[in-house]
Amino acid sequence: MKSTVAMTVNGEARKVEVPPMKRLLDVLREDFHLTGAKEGCGEGECGACAVLVDGELVNSCLVPILQANGTRICTIEGVSTEGRLHPIQQCFLGEGGAQCGICTPGMILATHHLLEKHPNPTLEQIQEGLAGNLCRCTGYMRIFEAVQKAVEAQHAI
Amino acid sequence: MRSDVAAYELSAPTNLQTVLKQLAAEPGRHALIAGGTELMVALNTGRLESKELLSIQHLRELRFIRTEADAIHIGAGTTFSDIRRNEAIAAELPLMIRAASWTGSIANQNRGTIGGNICNASPAADTPPVLLAYEASVTMVSLRGERTIPYSQFHLGYKRTVLQPDEIVYSVSVPRSYGEWKQYIRKVGTRNAQAISKAAIAAVANVQANRIEEIRIGAASLADRPLRCASAEAALRGRSLEERALEDTIRAGRAALAREAKPIDDIRSTAMYRRAVAENLLEEFLRQLCS
Amino acid sequence: MAEDRDILGASPFRKEGRAKVLGEAKYIDDLSLPGMWHGATVRSSIARGSIRTVHFSSEIDWSQYAIVRASDIPGENTIVHLTKDHPCLAADRVNHPEEPILLLAHPEKSALLAGVAGVRVEYDELPGVFTIEESEKAVEDNDTTRIIWEGSAHGGTANCFKQYVLHSGGAKEAEDGLAAAFESADFIVEGEYHTGAQEQLYIEPNGVIAECKKDGSGRVISVCVQGSMQCPYYVVHALTLIFDLPEEKCRVIQTETGGAFGGKEDFPSVIGSHAALLAMKSGHPVKMVYDRAEDMAATTKRHPSRTRHRTAVSKDGKLLGCEIEIALDGGAYATLSPVVLSRATIHAPGPYKWPYVRVRAKAMATNLPPHGAFRGFGAPQSLFSLERHMDKVARAVGIAPEELRRRNFLGTGDRTATGQLLAEPVDMQHLMDRALAESNYYEKVERFAVENKRSAVKRGMGIASFMHGSGFTGSGERRLNSRVDVELLPDGRPQILVSSTEFGQGTNTILCQVAAQTLRIPYDQVAIAQVDTSVVPNSGPTVASRTAMVVGKLVERVCAQMVERLHADANLTGRYEPEEFTAAALRYLQRHGSMRCSVRYEPVRPVEWDDELFHGDAYPAYGWAVYVAEVAVDLNTYSASVTRFDAVQEVGKIMHPVLAKGQVEGGVAQGIGYALYEKCVWKNGRMMNNQMTNYIMPTSADLPEIQVHFEEVPSVHGPGGAKGIGELPMDGPGPAILNAIHNATGVSFDSIPLLPEDIFERLTSFTEPSHGGTEDLDPTREGEFLPEVNA
Repeated sequence: MKSTVAMTVNGEARKVEVPPMKRLLDVLREDFHLTGAKEGCGEGECGACAVLVDGELVNSCLVPILQANGTRICTIEGVSTEGRLHPIQQCFLGEGGAQCGICTPGMILATHHLLEKHPNPTLEQIQEGLAGNLCRCTGYMRIFEAVQKAVEAQHAI
Repeated sequence: MRSDVAAYELSAPTNLQTVLKQLAAEPGRHALIAGGTELMVALNTGRLESKELLSIQHLRELRFIRTEADAIHIGAGTTFSDIRRNEAIAAELPLMIRAASWTGSIANQNRGTIGGNICNASPAADTPPVLLAYEASVTMVSLRGERTIPYSQFHLGYKRTVLQPDEIVYSVSVPRSYGEWKQYIRKVGTRNAQAISKAAIAAVANVQANRIEEIRIGAASLADRPLRCASAEAALRGRSLEERALEDTIRAGRAALAREAKPIDDIRSTAMYRRAVAENLLEEFLRQLCS
Repeated sequence: MAEDRDILGASPFRKEGRAKVLGEAKYIDDLSLPGMWHGATVRSSIARGSIRTVHFSSEIDWSQYAIVRASDIPGENTIVHLTKDHPCLAADRVNHPEEPILLLAHPEKSALLAGVAGVRVEYDELPGVFTIEESEKAVEDNDTTRIIWEGSAHGGTANCFKQYVLHSGGAKEAEDGLAAAFESADFIVEGEYHTGAQEQLYIEPNGVIAECKKDGSGRVISVCVQGSMQCPYYVVHALTLIFDLPEEKCRVIQTETGGAFGGKEDFPSVIGSHAALLAMKSGHPVKMVYDRAEDMAATTKRHPSRTRHRTAVSKDGKLLGCEIEIALDGGAYATLSPVVLSRATIHAPGPYKWPYVRVRAKAMATNLPPHGAFRGFGAPQSLFSLERHMDKVARAVGIAPEELRRRNFLGTGDRTATGQLLAEPVDMQHLMDRALAESNYYEKVERFAVENKRSAVKRGMGIASFMHGSGFTGSGERRLNSRVDVELLPDGRPQILVSSTEFGQGTNTILCQVAAQTLRIPYDQVAIAQVDTSVVPNSGPTVASRTAMVVGKLVERVCAQMVERLHADANLTGRYEPEEFTAAALRYLQRHGSMRCSVRYEPVRPVEWDDELFHGDAYPAYGWAVYVAEVAVDLNTYSASVTRFDAVQEVGKIMHPVLAKGQVEGGVAQGIGYALYEKCVWKNGRMMNNQMTNYIMPTSADLPEIQVHFEEVPSVHGPGGAKGIGELPMDGPGPAILNAIHNATGVSFDSIPLLPEDIFERLTSFTEPSHGGTEDLDPTREGEFLPEVNA
């Protein structure tokens, strides 16, 4: 049984005909060839698959595609504009927030989501905002630096 | 990914009535999926038994928070993020905010629903102890009508509830009576975030002139279901918190809790640890009532 | 940045960083090949036994699948290490849960689920051993039913993969000296310390895509494997044996790798061989990517350890002699155990002057999946034990823990336990001064002692001092004979050609920095080739904290050679601007068509090392460190957490401050996990908590502020004075944290991971018998949202 599901992905209208229980993560990666979202655990623990659905951060490995019908999705590929890095991406690059990079797409989207809700987050809010994204490489310090730099960059605009 | 997604059917009925009709027509045939934070993990690990699912995630009828005179009514489809953002709940039911804030991660809070949480009926869930302490009630609906029961009667055993095959949880209602009460919640998990509870206590107490007039205690991971600690409540009700009586009060509360808690050894923690920590949390609450 | 000639010591953007923040970096699961199939593994469900039958369900159309058995392997059925005891596929017996028996491939990934489920293996089960003690006992009792590993030509004996003895100086001299030392000692301090297994938990699981070419008669003529890995040439070597092919016919390519930490050092030889065999059988490229549960249950972990110390010390706190016994749990096959054991042995005496040392070390066989490399590679186990023990020794003598260490530190010009002369400056006193100052150690110890009296949360401070050897042991680097090339691209830019891989630690970046510095051109102008063994030479594996120092030095030399050639042959002047370099390069290319320079390893200083006796220059260089942990132990919940961490180290000249900080912070985070959170729960040799919900890694909400401080003492061994840094940070946190917990609670814990349940059990065991600790965990009850495991 297949369902036709339509959504906007990074501003573009998209449609697929797939089993309705196919995970949003797999539709993004296999059907839309947007491989930025990654599978790290399949349990909603690591956050490597995180994307924004109607502006809310979700783990796409836990979303059946039917439930994404009619939604506005933003993946890591939608964060930059025409090859120009978003300030968050620039700050991750500058502060060493990405080491192996596998957690980075999810981490950047979580940061994006955090700063939308809390434009001036405390360290505690940053820790909480990113607690759903596991990083095995950095120990998080460089990531917190990157987020704090991104906060400054946003105010400078 | 250990399931063949092509083997599953999922549809999204447009309104609640359609869902109820479907449940009435073929009770037990479909599983309901709201935010999916539990069922999709089961799918990923190859353990989602039900092959036919109905999605209720999008139903606006189930996603609401209504403040009325005596109670706050929370629709079953309300997410934990919705709860955290609600000013009335923040003002009057702070334990709900705390419990919601440590349910999984923010990404999971954006999807997980209070209805899904109580229907999944895990003894380790974060919100149920709060609902027990607040003496919440649950409203269930079916084509046959509507019924409301105390939440304390909702769980029958390990992952079993009173929900009938043609029923769905409609809302959870929490009385607005705790303004003057002391409130406490603490969760001990495997780590500070994204942690399954090893033991958790939610408690409210009405203290007048250093006496516990009324006390309600809910606990996680101390039994096969969320536990209303009636025995500990009985031991503590009416007891003095004055300095000379405090140690006796604490002792009585701890002993009663130790007897009624039935935690287990599992892969995450041990029975003895859980019991000891639960007792310590209760003591911490009682000491806080004094200050 | 274009004008910045001193590129070493600056922090340019990570070479592949832009792709990573854009989400454009391609990891193996992001890639596909036309006509690609998917592969899966049928694995043993028992720990030990013989395979009686393999039954294929009649419900499945097996003609759609490619099936590979041990008998299909064209070459040798072995994953080569020093010994060849490790089969690629189990033929007639299995020795650990999850041991690979059969491989399946199918065009549809989802069909593999039914395929794997449709194979039923029947076993004649044999008794297994699951701990070091059980393995030892079988040997002691001569219980042939529990001798699970027979021995080998490479120094193994029954149930024991390897043994070493290290004596400081001659054996007789050391033994006599020890006897005298213990005779005359004012104090003899004994202790036993345990460390558990640890899962690397790279966020990207293991994965490869393999292709196979056959000739008309169906014989394999070449194979190609690409994927997530640290050591492509190791996989080449593995493939040559599996397929009986020469090296040139086995091509291996590293794709962007999402974390490794040692877990992708030797294991890719297994998954790579498997995928290649399926490509052979199916006639299609085959992708194999493990999901998290399979990766955790079936792949390598850090070796669990048991270390016993017996120390003679004078009442002035002078160490007089030590007898150290190390036992590692190697799992079911030898794999890397001899090498892990070797590093554990050499690091066991730590950064101290011991008049007499004896270390006896052995790696025991158990019926667990083979353990393997994990950042630190034996040193974290040894240094945990030593540094816990030093606190114990200090207490026995009645002096402060830092004082005991100060009185015994190695310094410049001293000789280590292996007799190595520390020719380069070593100043542990200064590192200790700095660590104590930065962490506010004394003020906090005093304040906590007072505050703890009135608080249910006990706070404490703990120290660990240690060193970590960079590079391969002894003559290892000479044996590796690493080669590094640099070539000119058609546009005149230089491209580095090495087999050193990037997996987050910054290989690409630092090697390009070295090249830019040496060639005196901007960092952005330097390219580094993808690691494809058909293109790049073998510069050795990306392990042992050798990349910055050893390979970096080679990059420096080969780039110097390129400059020489351009001077000699393309009119490049003595002092040149970057544009002149490019112009000269283009002139050279026009004249000669191409340029490729090549250098091979040469020791900076002569290396004398005796493998048998553990004597001589164990490592070319060492990083030195003092770490301080501040902890809080909540006696209501029995949980310990680290509230602040100070890491002071001397690792030569820092090549890239941001990367270097990141390495230390990340290593400390893993060390904190090793000490307080990450427990592998085993049942009959199988890891039962093989999901992220139940294997607890610290989140951003669990880690403290980690302050990193560097002292820089240039080393002759690395480019610009650099030394290795990657593994050192793993050694300090465990012992510093447990020392801090002792300071906080007054109770000595000697085993990691130390979970709240263990603290609870100890604190209440004064009045009741031991209970409620992690020994009481029930691995068959998974608890939340998953029904009970089919154990």
